[in-house]
Amino acid sequence: MAKAISTPALERHGLTDDQLRWMLRNMYLQRTLDNRGFQLNRQGKIPFATGSEGHEGIHAGAALAFERGHDILVPYYRDMGLCVGIGMPVLQVLLSMFARAQDVSGGRQFPNHYSYHSLGILSISSIIAAHCPHAVGAAYAMKLRKENGRAVLCTFGDGSTSEGEWHESVNFAAVHGLPIVFLCENNEWAISTPRANQMAIENVIDKAPGYGLPGVKVDGSDPIATYAVMKEALGRARDGGGPTLVEATCYRFLAHTTDDDDRTYRTREEIERHRHLDPVPRFEALLLEWGILSSDDASAMKKDVLAEVNAATDEAEALPFPKPEELYTNVYEGPYEPWL
Amino acid sequence: MALASPASTVLNNVEAVRTTLYEALKSDERTLVLGEDVGARGNVFLITKGFIEEFGPERVIDTPLAEASIAGIAIGMAMEGLRPIAEIQFADFIYPAFNQIVGEAAKTRYRSNGDYTCPLVIRTPYGGGVRGALSHSVSIEALFYHVPGLKIVAPSFPADVKGLLNAAIDDPDPVLFLEHKKTYRLVRGEVPNGHYTIPIGRADVKHPGDQLTVVSYGLYVHQAIEAAKRLDGESLSAEVIDLRSIRPMDRQTILESIRKTRKLLIIHEDNKFGGIGAEISAMVVEEAFFDLDAPIRRLCGPDVPAMGYAATLEEEFMISTDRMAEAMREMIRF
Repeated sequence: MAKAISTPALERHGLTDDQLRWMLRNMYLQRTLDNRGFQLNRQGKIPFATGSEGHEGIHAGAALAFERGHDILVPYYRDMGLCVGIGMPVLQVLLSMFARAQDVSGGRQFPNHYSYHSLGILSISSIIAAHCPHAVGAAYAMKLRKENGRAVLCTFGDGSTSEGEWHESVNFAAVHGLPIVFLCENNEWAISTPRANQMAIENVIDKAPGYGLPGVKVDGSDPIATYAVMKEALGRARDGGGPTLVEATCYRFLAHTTDDDDRTYRTREEIERHRHLDPVPRFEALLLEWGILSSDDASAMKKDVLAEVNAATDEAEALPFPKPEELYTNVYEGPYEPWL
Repeated sequence: MALASPASTVLNNVEAVRTTLYEALKSDERTLVLGEDVGARGNVFLITKGFIEEFGPERVIDTPLAEASIAGIAIGMAMEGLRPIAEIQFADFIYPAFNQIVGEAAKTRYRSNGDYTCPLVIRTPYGGGVRGALSHSVSIEALFYHVPGLKIVAPSFPADVKGLLNAAIDDPDPVLFLEHKKTYRLVRGEVPNGHYTIPIGRADVKHPGDQLTVVSYGLYVHQAIEAAKRLDGESLSAEVIDLRSIRPMDRQTILESIRKTRKLLIIHEDNKFGGIGAEISAMVVEEAFFDLDAPIRRLCGPDVPAMGYAATLEEEFMISTDRMAEAMREMIRF
């Protein structure tokens, strides 16, 4: 039932020039925001950042396949680009990094743990795979209410597929034929633990037949191929065709977070060996080759992205932290008097 | 001429839960029940018997045997606008769902600063005295009552069960609803017909008295009342407070009673160390130390991992009404 496809981006899968350029811009944006988080951390301005360098192709492709206003996204903490790709403001990324009062979580959550109800982005914790059953519950709600044309996109890393809640979630979704796509962003590493220590099988999608749902593997460094696979899987879910497990491969070029030193568990040579998978220069070269944009256009786009990120950085930094008394709000509905 | 419908019906606790769930499913299409064997079997205590025929398998879900996702899927349903009433078949089976309840449900509103909420009820039968051995007898409340964001109720009178279960279903935040399984068919009482709620967080004085305050909940409330009645015959007077809600806790009712009786005995089935009684005791010492005329006493389950299957082991674990009455006498005479 599982199938692996490797689509070198030889065809456009119906994508317009504007859509292709949009994907490239989204990827530039992700890379720039990632760098910004690490810069701000090293400058001592924010306590923590997490990057997604290497995941940009997955995020751009999946974001384009996501239907805003209909679908629900239940992301994990490495999905900043995906969240921005489906409409979350860049400013929100910076507000989250700086933990400002205007951040949706009011400065409570770690960076990259977004919640954006109006866009259908569910609130998540850092507990690996704990969000997977929530995604399934949301998909069940859609099915119960007969909301055809809607689907849930649930994302996670390869390490998540070891968690019991992941297996329980995929199983339940398959039993009930729910409108959900499970998207594994397989970047080969769960902090310091390589895939081979995580599973005795070659592919994450090898787990799909055991639960009775289709599995599709795609080169996640290729945003067009990812888009094509996600469009099909989400389309099937929206049409009542049930869940799909998608494995999009990529490579995590950065350490797990700003608090991680990946030199303790992998060599610089290994990272360089994967450099050819870097989706940003790869996709840029492809669009240049296809004549979708010129190198001047690409430079201008990068400048524009940098200006947007700089402006958001300045705006967020100038805003205030939450007031201390905000610690006591939203514990329950209504006024709450904690026992001090 | 139509007969006037009675204002109340005599029900046991199983029937009180069942009636309340039935009325919720009947009146609000956002509600559903999910859990192990709640469908065709109608729950192992027959609480949801007949529901699947009436409301369909989409709203009466026989889940796979996977407690973490029973809680987790219910959370996702709640976040997306449904009003799930999840069931953990026995409280002893709730441990795999601990993270979902403590790490997720209790923190959904807080971590999203109100962007998402989690109006969820998780019902589960707990408690011993039914020869349930190690994995069908435990009390779990102390494992959860430490957690802000959760509400925990443990009513044991049928009218309280209905009123508090309705309140839990209506509540915009996650509620852990504990049902003492020995009271299921043992306890009967008048239950008002129709929809009503009892506010979560309010205790109830079940037996008035003025020489000793006894705070309890669950099965032991009934035994404590029985013991207090015996004392009445001895011209000794104990006031029995049924906590009903464990979090939030009704500190005011406890303190008011203590300021009258000046003595406190806490009785619960859960083991003593770190139990609910520890919190009540600490609170009373902080708030009413100078009102006390005797040391606080806690009569609780012993600090052992569980009650054994053998009748001798279970009886040794459980607190008899005689022991309760004796402890009350000792405290009043102190």
